[in-house]
Amino acid sequence: MAREADARVLEERIREWRSYVQRRQAIDATDVDELEDHLRNEVADLQKSGLDQEEAFLIGVKRLGELDALSREFAREHSERLWKRLVVAGTEAGTASFGREALVALGLAVAAALAVKVPELFGMRLDGSTGAESFYARNVSLLVLPFLAGFFAWKRGLESGDLIRLAAPFLAGALALNLYPFVRGGSTEILAAVHLPMGLWFAVGFGYAGGAWRDHDQRMNFVRFSGEWFIYFVLIALGGGVLMMFTMFIFSAIGLDAEWLLESWILPCGAAGAVIVAGWLVEAKQSVIENMAPVLTMLFTPLFVVMLLAFLGTMVWTGSGIAVEREVLIGFDLLLVLVVGLLLYSISARDPHAEPGLFDGLQLVLVICALLVDAMALWAILARISVFGFTPNRVAALGENLILVVNLAWSAVLYTKFLRRRAGFAPLERWQTAYLPVYAAWAWIVVLVFPLVFQFQ
Amino acid sequence: MDIGKDLVAASATPLVLAILSEGESYGYAIIKRVDELSGGELQWTDGMLYPVLHRLERNGLVEAVWGKSESGRRRKYYRLTDRGSEELANQQRQWKVVSETLRSTPFMSFQLTPQGI
Repeated sequence: MAREADARVLEERIREWRSYVQRRQAIDATDVDELEDHLRNEVADLQKSGLDQEEAFLIGVKRLGELDALSREFAREHSERLWKRLVVAGTEAGTASFGREALVALGLAVAAALAVKVPELFGMRLDGSTGAESFYARNVSLLVLPFLAGFFAWKRGLESGDLIRLAAPFLAGALALNLYPFVRGGSTEILAAVHLPMGLWFAVGFGYAGGAWRDHDQRMNFVRFSGEWFIYFVLIALGGGVLMMFTMFIFSAIGLDAEWLLESWILPCGAAGAVIVAGWLVEAKQSVIENMAPVLTMLFTPLFVVMLLAFLGTMVWTGSGIAVEREVLIGFDLLLVLVVGLLLYSISARDPHAEPGLFDGLQLVLVICALLVDAMALWAILARISVFGFTPNRVAALGENLILVVNLAWSAVLYTKFLRRRAGFAPLERWQTAYLPVYAAWAWIVVLVFPLVFQFQ
Repeated sequence: MDIGKDLVAASATPLVLAILSEGESYGYAIIKRVDELSGGELQWTDGMLYPVLHRLERNGLVEAVWGKSESGRRRKYYRLTDRGSEELANQQRQWKVVSETLRSTPFMSFQLTPQGI
């Protein structure tokens, strides 16, 4: 009996030791297997020579060598392991399902690429050379994003009820944008076309969360996903640009002009496919590669703080106000979007249990600066609206501004509480995730309600 | 006796190759064999053997296969390749030169034991 208990204790200890060693990046699982075999032999031999199991284990581990030194030696031999490798395949059990997932993702990417071309069969032109020129501008997100949503619906195994809920926004968007009697080229049409992708992106989020969109963790995961997806997409686009440049160059060397091929096929289809591929890659590499969005946030938060402080200082110094031009409000909206983005991504990657640090203070300064700058812009714009009245563009821009200001103002309050140690970090995180539906709701209001209110102007 | 780090590192390759020339073996057994051959004088930090084995494997001097131990666990066995045998011969020549040079210097008059090296 005692020996059985002993063996159990030993197994437990070896398991602990394994997980401890495996945390070292330079030592991979097969190395640990090899070291474990060694350790077991050593322990068995030491026990034979009369030591009890506990002593044998301790001495065995000690003889293997100090872990830091050992992992340095392994790192010297396997330096490539210090660079995380993109193991798109699941290492053990996941292998079979990986193959299927890759196939599904690539299949959907091809489908999205072809879907972009289908309307051309019905006389719609990408370059807008026929009457229905705005068809693509209005519908491009409807042609591509359903495939990304479909990928997550498949991956998460959505139930039929959730599938209907996932399909509803796509249907609503398609109906609104194609059946509303828009004045061609009017503000409401452009606004709807711009806001539809945002609204649909949240629908993708519903799929991403597997229908559990009320879950705050899932929402935060979707935020992380969105940031990484964007970065992947940009990187793929850069690679695609290089590919296209070389295509042009090589074909022009034999006197052929490949431009039509690039413009009408490779660019649109590649972009559509990249949407899906980027989504799939982010999903596959999740734990393998450091998230990039928070890294960029870390880099740019201080720079934006400096920029905004310099701007505020200059304004105070010279006494010049903000000149209200047509684009000013949109410009300041974008500034707020950026600040909210910086905030969101630094929150998404922060250890919620860590103590307040310098970077948190910097975030607060950033938020307050953005609020001050925006307050001045708003003041100028409100004065102008009271003179010239409301247009769809102004209302949309103003609404967005208000939504972002509310978010930032309350974030500033929560950050202050956190920095003064009156509250933890969790409320801040929860505030951001709780606020996400507001963005979605506003996007859908602009798509669905604005045209009605402003008579499709 | 404590043998200097550099000397241990330098002697690791020929020792491992020589032991493997006796036949296929695995990490723990190699360590035991070193222990036995040196009469317990040459003490390695056990874990350090594995990066050495992996380097030899990468350079094609040994080849490794996963097999089973007596108790049925996974165990990685190493075997000398043809290139490993060549390298062993090469190392033999080098070490011979070094030891013969040492022997003909006053170095050996500091010998600790009557029979010398």
